[in-house]
Amino acid sequence: MTRAHDMGGRYGYGAIHPDGEDEPVFHEDWHARAAALTLAAGALGQWNIDMSRHTRECLSVRDYSSFSYYEKWIAALADLLVETSVLTTDELKGEAAEGRHALSYSALRAEAVPEVLAKGSPYTRPGRVAPHFTEGQAVRLRRHPENTHVEGGHTRLPAYAAGARGRILRLHGIHVLPDTSAHGLGDQAEPLYAVAIPAVELWQMPEHPNDEVVLDLWQSYLEPA
Amino acid sequence: MPHDHHDDHPHSLLPSDPALRVKALETILTRKGLVDPAALDAIIDTYENRIGPKNGAEVVARAWSDEGFRAALLSDATATVRELGYYGRQGEHMVAVENTPETHNMVVCTLCSCYPWPLLGIPPAWYKSDGYRARAVREPRRVLAEFGVRLPEEMAIRVWDSTAEVRYLVIPMRPEGTEGMDREALAQLVTRNSMIGTGLAKVPA
Repeated sequence: MTRAHDMGGRYGYGAIHPDGEDEPVFHEDWHARAAALTLAAGALGQWNIDMSRHTRECLSVRDYSSFSYYEKWIAALADLLVETSVLTTDELKGEAAEGRHALSYSALRAEAVPEVLAKGSPYTRPGRVAPHFTEGQAVRLRRHPENTHVEGGHTRLPAYAAGARGRILRLHGIHVLPDTSAHGLGDQAEPLYAVAIPAVELWQMPEHPNDEVVLDLWQSYLEPA
Repeated sequence: MPHDHHDDHPHSLLPSDPALRVKALETILTRKGLVDPAALDAIIDTYENRIGPKNGAEVVARAWSDEGFRAALLSDATATVRELGYYGRQGEHMVAVENTPETHNMVVCTLCSCYPWPLLGIPPAWYKSDGYRARAVREPRRVLAEFGVRLPEEMAIRVWDSTAEVRYLVIPMRPEGTEGMDREALAQLVTRNSMIGTGLAKVPA
């Protein structure tokens, strides 16, 4: 089983209300501060994107469901800062001694922002694992949408697609495996594929017989079909 | 990890009001020298004023008007848009998918909110909403109807669920009646939603 964030296919949501094309990027000042604070804290280099995602996913089901988008970000950032020992709980409560932090030398400076945002961080790695599958090949997704390294750990295999049959559309390259990267178990990079799954394979009552969903899936999520 | 707690997550030590919570955390990190408030201003300025759907619209307009560019974009979007200066965080690995009379493409991230930042900026609220994340994969046609889009019955939909670090850009179909329009004029027809697949390019007035 998966966590509250794994929403694909779920029932229980009403109509979507698209805002106009000219809506503000951030609707509240604190949304902008929350987003920027998360990016700036990430630049301290104490965690990777998979750890950051997993921390959001580990919010309690109640918090995940009731928090707005940037509330999730800021709550997860606080949790991550404590989990990685950047801050103590006393510091988070504002009860610790003042003073500069040992990591302050690596804080993101304003003048470095354009370069850091433009640089990105690629997730491909030199390939040690050879691709097993070729374009057009039939595959089946693993039946359990669960991390196979850590119980209840991070994975990018959505529950709605687990066990489904599809076909390889393309090989993206050799990408960092989130299932290990999120838990400090290394990159363990694997071939990553775009896999097309017919809607009829996923849903009892698909809207159209020819519709498909394409997911990006790591080799260890797949088996030959 | 895993670290399932219930009410004892560290975040509960901060004020519960979201604006105060953000402020409190920013103050703590700033006092410790871990965050430079001017860097936060610079990040916000980047995504409010510098990086947004205009970038993607330029890419689409070029693909519509330059066959060589279109072919390069479809075969290696990351390298191709990088030549225009579009690269960076949340756009390290990009793929362009082209709408045709047979297939309409649409992008979602059911697990979080993955989105091609260097080309489209920060995702709109609806893209990050629970309803879009839940419904886009199961009932894309009903979702599209809520965006005012109705596709011909014979057209198939391919929904791309961004489950990895690959970011997708939809190239909408070039509208009829745009022959002879230059690239700047074409770019004006390319809406943000048309590059996510929840809209179509605008028809010239």
